[in-house]
Amino acid sequence: MIQKFEEVKKAIIEQFGGEVVCAEYTNLMQPQLHVEAANIKEVCLFLRDDSRFFFDQLSCLSAVDTGVEKSKIEVIYHLYSIPFDVIFVLKIETERGDGVIEFAEVPSIVDVWRAADWHEREAFDMFGIKFSGHPDLRRILLPADWEGFPLRKDYVEQEFYHGIKVAY
Amino acid sequence: MSLLDHKFGQGGIVVSQLEDVLNWARLSSLFPMSFGLACCAIEMMQTFTSGYDLDRFGVIPRPSPRQSDVMIVAGTVTFKMADRIRRLYEQMPEPRYVISMGSCSNCGGPYWEHGYHVVKGVDRIVPVDIYVPGCPPRPEALIGGFLKLQEKIRRETLVAPKAVERFLENHKSEKDV
Repeated sequence: MIQKFEEVKKAIIEQFGGEVVCAEYTNLMQPQLHVEAANIKEVCLFLRDDSRFFFDQLSCLSAVDTGVEKSKIEVIYHLYSIPFDVIFVLKIETERGDGVIEFAEVPSIVDVWRAADWHEREAFDMFGIKFSGHPDLRRILLPADWEGFPLRKDYVEQEFYHGIKVAY
Repeated sequence: MSLLDHKFGQGGIVVSQLEDVLNWARLSSLFPMSFGLACCAIEMMQTFTSGYDLDRFGVIPRPSPRQSDVMIVAGTVTFKMADRIRRLYEQMPEPRYVISMGSCSNCGGPYWEHGYHVVKGVDRIVPVDIYVPGCPPRPEALIGGFLKLQEKIRRETLVAPKAVERFLENHKSEKDV
């Protein structure tokens, strides 16, 4: 797995230059490559179409809120290549925003994999991440008139929803 | 259990109170709405099957709220679902009854503290007649709930709605103070 990881990383650096890669985390069970948020779409498109890797499936797109102190939101992409049976994990980091006026903003990859559509809607629903370029970015699980984004560390639930008390 | 258990006289005439006959008819044909929300619904479906045979109590699921007498709230009530449940309840013709099945619809269950999305008890939306505890309750427990509901209906009366009278009296005394 590590060899494949190095191979993919080398190809990304060859294609886009070293400044695209911010960091790498190889001591994890699934090694991650941290890339620049602004380049994520191009990197994904390259990994999908390059004949050496052919990452044709987006297995998962998830997000992590690192909290108010660090003030970052991470988005993690699990890619899978069906023909080569290789898993590759990409990670980007962006400013957290306050979730009320300012929102974390990252480029959408719906154009690369349609699977990202609902995944990005879920990340928006839970973390308030704006995926710029998404064709239909609205809540997917919670009701449309819900207030706040529940998986943010500083989330406080609303007092009433349609006249029903929310707290126990 | 019911009037038909007793032996009839030779004349083919049964003398009874109108109330008793109405109550007997109601409690012997409790039609629940086919409606489930979560894992409790699986136990509910199992209760309807021939193994537990709710049919012997006259309980047959109906596909529409307009044909049903009782609503079994079987599962976790989310806020997104709350408006729909209220509407379904309002669509049911009176007299209508509600059985709250399982911990989630009784009080929020395991979601009571951190479940921002769960209504902490369906009785915050609709009036509940019977609470069936369990997570999820076994089919026997749901049958027990139906028997309790039958007991409740058996005690109903047309002429003196005692609960309403009591409520009005309490309300009056509160106002006087």
